[in-house]
Parts: sequence; C-alpha cells; structure tokens
Amino acid sequence: MSTTAPEVIAHAADTPLVIGGQSFHSRLLVGTGKYRDNAEMVRALDASGADVVTVAVRRVDLDRTKEQGVLYHLPADRYFLLANTAGCYTADEAIRYARLGREAGFNEWVKLEVIGDKETLLPDTDGLLVATRTLVKEGFQVLAYTNDDLITALRLEEAGCAAVMPLASPIGSGLGLLNPYSIRTIKSRLSVPIIVDAGVGTASDACVTMEQGVDGILMNTALAEAADPVLMAWAMRRAVEAGRAAWRAGRMPRRETAVPSSPTTGMLR
Amino acid sequence: MLTVTVNGDTRQVPAPLTLAGLLEHLGLDPRTVVVEQNRAIVRRPALAETPVAEGDVIELVHFVGGG
Repeated sequence: MSTTAPEVIAHAADTPLVIGGQSFHSRLLVGTGKYRDNAEMVRALDASGADVVTVAVRRVDLDRTKEQGVLYHLPADRYFLLANTAGCYTADEAIRYARLGREAGFNEWVKLEVIGDKETLLPDTDGLLVATRTLVKEGFQVLAYTNDDLITALRLEEAGCAAVMPLASPIGSGLGLLNPYSIRTIKSRLSVPIIVDAGVGTASDACVTMEQGVDGILMNTALAEAADPVLMAWAMRRAVEAGRAAWRAGRMPRRETAVPSSPTTGMLR
Repeated sequence: MLTVTVNGDTRQVPAPLTLAGLLEHLGLDPRTVVVEQNRAIVRRPALAETPVAEGDVIELVHFVGGG
C-alpha cells in the first residue's frame, strides 16, 4: 500500500468547524434516530467520525422496564450532544422542548425545528424566528433548521443564530441537494456557519453539498436506513471530507468545448 | 394518597411526597430524567425539597434517538 507523504497531509489539513465558540474536528454531524438497534447506532456513529450528535426529548415510558434512553450509549467525553425540537409545530412548543433539552443535556445548544406541515415537514419560518429570538435571549446557541430561502436565513442570522441549517431536501426524503444555487447564495451572504440539514441520501449527495462551500452537513436517515449503516457512515465521512477538500481546492471552470490534456505539438508526421 | 398526572396518565401516589420521592417511587434515576411540574422545570438539586401536590401535572422526559 502507498502512504501519503506528511507534507501532503499537512497541505490538506483543514480548519476546524467552529460553531458558537466550540471547535469540532468533523464537519459531519449525525442524528441518533431510527437505527435498528443501539449497537448498530454506536458503530455507525463511530464510523462517521462525527463529534456532534443530535438527540430528541421525549417522555420516559413509565410502563417499560427496558433501558430506552440514548444517553448511556453516547459517552460525554466523545460526543457533543445537540438536543432537537423535532415534532414541535409551534414556537411555544419548541421553546418548551429546548428548555427541557438544556436540562437533560448539560449544554445550551439546540437544534431548533418548528415544523409547519406534517406532509413535507417543511419549517414554519415565522414560528422559527419567534422561537429563535426567545431562546437567544435565554442564552441558547440556536442552530436553526430552515428551508433554502435566503431571506429567512438572513433573518435567522440577525436574530442571533449560532448556525443556520437549510435543508438539502425534505427530512427523511433522501432526495439529495435539490437547489445548489440557493445553498450557495445562503453561504455567500451569511457569516455564521451553514450546516445543510436533511435530505442527503447517499455519499455523492454529501460530496456535492460540501462542494457548494457549506461548513458541514447534518444527517440521520441516510445512515440509519442504509442497508449497512456502518458502511454508509464510513462512506459519508469520506464524502464530506472529499467535498470539502474539492471546494477548498477550487474546481476548474465548466466549458462547453473540449480542451486537450496532452500537447498538440510534437505529433508524428 | 395524592392524585397526579404523570406523562399524561392519572396516578395515585403516596403522600407526602417530593419530586425526588416520586422518581424513586417510579424506579427512575434522577440523573437521567428531567422533571417538569405544572409547566415549570424543576432542576435536579431542587427535586428533594419540592413537594408533589394534589392535581400536579408532571412530565418526566429524557433523551431518545433523534435526528
């Protein structure tokens, strides 16, 4: 096997992902939902190399004796917990879940979702802005799940979000990056980190998404619903790294014509 | 006995009782559960000195897998 020269590794070295003053090595953030079992989830998280993992706040099931909390499987010295407000349809509900998550998770971070429609799970951007303003005032680091609309993204930044998280496509759809232009525009106009959240289905989706210049990707279903989540997590880790490196490298221009790669001179007569 | 609502279900619990006592009664580890009493979060250090009252609506939540 060939090895990579140390100077090449140094050349490829990336800056960390910094959100709300916290540095993360990995630009891949992952959810912990929908895995077949906890053992598979643990191995997939490990393969993903993710530092940040999302969790949901739900009632303890008092009738079951089975261990069902997820915290036990997420060592605090390995993973940074990001509580979400998934399933909340109003600002008030999302604020309530965020406060409960803060108590459960020992940090002030929230992946804020205010859902506006059961069919598409698209965000209610009015509710999202209202909840963001309240939670920012309460000292939360708000990472807001939003659609790919620039104006909403700008308002979320103004409202004090630590990161803005536009979707690639609807949650759990696996349709990939539907509007690269919108994502690039959001990235070019905002200063806070842009984490694309939702819709990535496979490694090429992750790679193309990172090639738009965004700061990271958050995904769950693409790993959990893969036939082999551990292998898909392994692939996603590399796809995110490859897409990020390709964006930093600066791609060649697109042309409508061919340009030869070999010299046109020195041909035999 | 007190009648309280815990996670949406009406329950009879022995009186007097603190929130810490309620968790013990339900076999829950206070380190892994967040307690909301009548819509107000009760932080862990206060659980042992916060009484449960007749008609309380209590939510006990924790982290589960999610995206």
